[in-house]
Amino acid sequence: MADIVQPPQRCAGSIRNLALQATLILLVAGLVAAAVHNAAQNLARANIAHGFGFWNNTAGFDISQTLIDYSSSTSTFGRAFWIGLLNTLLVSGLGIVFATVLGFIIGLARLSRNWLVARLAGGYVQLIRNVPLLLQILFWYNAVLKSLPELRSSIELPFGGYLNNRGLFLPRPEFGPGIDAVLIAFAVGIVAAVVMCVWAHRQRKRAGTQVRIVWPALGAIVGLPLFAFILVRFPLSFHNPNLGRFNVRGGLEILPEFAALLIALSIYTAAFIAEVVRAGVLAVSAGQIEAAQALGLRSRTTLRLVVVPQAMRVIIPPLTGQYLNLTKNSSLAVAIGYPDLVQVFTGSVLNITGQAVEVVAITMAVYLTISLFTSLLMNLYGRSVAIVER
Amino acid sequence: MARSGIWNWLRANLLSSPANIALTLLCLIFLAWIIPPLVRFLLTDAVWSGSDRQACLASPDNPQPGACWAFVRVWSSYFIFGFYPLGQRWRVVLFFAALAFGVVWLLWLSAPRRDLGALYFFLALPVLSLILLSGLPAIGLINVPTTLWGGILVTIVVSTIGMVLSLPLGILLALGRRSRFPVVKTLSVAFIEFVRGVPLITVLFMASVMLPLFVPERFSPDKLVRALVGVAIFASANMAEVVRAGLSAIPRGQYEAANALGLSYWRTMALVVLPQALRVTLPNIVNTFVALFKDTTLVFVVGIFDFLRTIEAARGDPNWASPITSVTGYVFAALFYFVCCYGMSRYAQNVEMRLARRSGPRER
Repeated sequence: MADIVQPPQRCAGSIRNLALQATLILLVAGLVAAAVHNAAQNLARANIAHGFGFWNNTAGFDISQTLIDYSSSTSTFGRAFWIGLLNTLLVSGLGIVFATVLGFIIGLARLSRNWLVARLAGGYVQLIRNVPLLLQILFWYNAVLKSLPELRSSIELPFGGYLNNRGLFLPRPEFGPGIDAVLIAFAVGIVAAVVMCVWAHRQRKRAGTQVRIVWPALGAIVGLPLFAFILVRFPLSFHNPNLGRFNVRGGLEILPEFAALLIALSIYTAAFIAEVVRAGVLAVSAGQIEAAQALGLRSRTTLRLVVVPQAMRVIIPPLTGQYLNLTKNSSLAVAIGYPDLVQVFTGSVLNITGQAVEVVAITMAVYLTISLFTSLLMNLYGRSVAIVER
Repeated sequence: MARSGIWNWLRANLLSSPANIALTLLCLIFLAWIIPPLVRFLLTDAVWSGSDRQACLASPDNPQPGACWAFVRVWSSYFIFGFYPLGQRWRVVLFFAALAFGVVWLLWLSAPRRDLGALYFFLALPVLSLILLSGLPAIGLINVPTTLWGGILVTIVVSTIGMVLSLPLGILLALGRRSRFPVVKTLSVAFIEFVRGVPLITVLFMASVMLPLFVPERFSPDKLVRALVGVAIFASANMAEVVRAGLSAIPRGQYEAANALGLSYWRTMALVVLPQALRVTLPNIVNTFVALFKDTTLVFVVGIFDFLRTIEAARGDPNWASPITSVTGYVFAALFYFVCCYGMSRYAQNVEMRLARRSGPRER
């Protein structure tokens, strides 16, 4: 009977399907082979080296912001790569923090019962989302930061800082000996706080008693390092920037390129995060809140135990997507000359070596790694919070 | 009666508690702080005519000059056409008109014969535009090389071609991703994940520096075409994900019913699944177009004179360069992008509401 159920064309179809797939493979392989062949010919004609040998050659170009030691005369292209990557990570990391804070504020403001607050937040989201990010970056850089006063008429900030069109110059904190003790105390404080949380949780499960640990935990995280700080006699001093005739020496320098990129990325991504947050909170059905109220939970407890956990489940995956977008968008740095990975690598290194294929491939591989790693984490998270149905 | 209504509304929405009253006051202070200077800068103190930067600098008549609209007026034809030859600009205007006609036909949901509209938009219009813009000496239209194109023309061309190519390619990729053939599926997934995992800038760089390497030297594509390839690749990968979301919203019964009727795979897709899936995702498709429209500004980086790049160029002109001209240029650009993007997203919202109304009772 079984072979009657099987439609007869299935068999013929499967051979046809196999042939179809084989043709597709051949087609793609052929295209790739042709591209490689052409590339080899074109590169040979233009007399461009190939391979990753350039990695250890001396770079020979300057980079305006270096988080690790670098000198144009001795450092290699490989070193330049790490500098670009670190700069990308720095601006993305800070951007993520600011965008999250601002985005949550705006997103919750959009849900405010106060009509004016909700309208203002809505206006912010509409305005920012509908103007291209590149335009916003250029605006902050060229129209705002670059039209600050010149060096000679720098704006003096409290505590010895300066602001001019070459950047923001702040006192640089310098840590003396004994700072390790403070860091260790900080780590101990965090561990202590975690232990307290776990203990309080167990206590509540076992005995049903609420133990208030917010203040002791906060005390451990803030108090312990503070105590250590006093104990080792304030191992912290500030180096003020010095305003010279032609430049500013010493101090902590924040480049206008960095600031413009950071401001624009934070403001732009915050608008998207606000929408994510709003959607997440709205996704918690009104019945849940009513049920919590019917159980006699106070509004803060309702928020903490009912609304936030359910909203976060909805919020976190798209939020991560926004973080990835921010990281990828930080590549727009190239338009204003902030030395991020793309600017250093597909800009300077590509121009000097001419090895387009290798340079673009390395750059893409970095972003691809970040993306794939994040989506791996998100899949794990998704599995861990998936609602277990009875 | 009406007064008490307003009073009730105020009390409920602005003054319901002391904290709310404080918030309302804060907002009002913020508005009072920001709106008058904005109006002053953009309208009352703005300079509307003049022929160089002197007009927009502080003078006894206008000690605190506002926006320099004179700059936008003087440069407006450059912002729209770039360096497109003066005598040939009617061709660009005609292209804009033909495009607007197609867009209205497609987006106006109750327009007659929207299937013909789709044919016009996806087949006739590209050919027509190519002939119009780039020229065809055989019928008396001289060739205009793409290096002369610029401004809004390039922005519109890049985004429209991105949209026209990304929709069919995106549909194919989305179908490929759901295909039961392992080879097709793997290739589609790899392509989509790869392109979506990297920034558009790197795709554009790839298209602009690697594409010429990958083809024989004689066929080395022109700069604009390279950027278009990059944009199309990026847009189709994004579109594929949007279409995939729409496909997964179609209940399995629809596939089974089509199978039971004996429809082949392509007929099932073309007649049953895709029409429903695309209708469901139309708002998302439009939102992807909005993102694409904003993203076209990045072609700036590979040396194409799109609208934003023309603003940058004009801003740097020594005759006009001043901080106020820069701000004015950016405000003008922001206004243009805002109007276009906001219009598109409002349209998407309208469609979404229409869909919700239509399918509402059935879902309950």
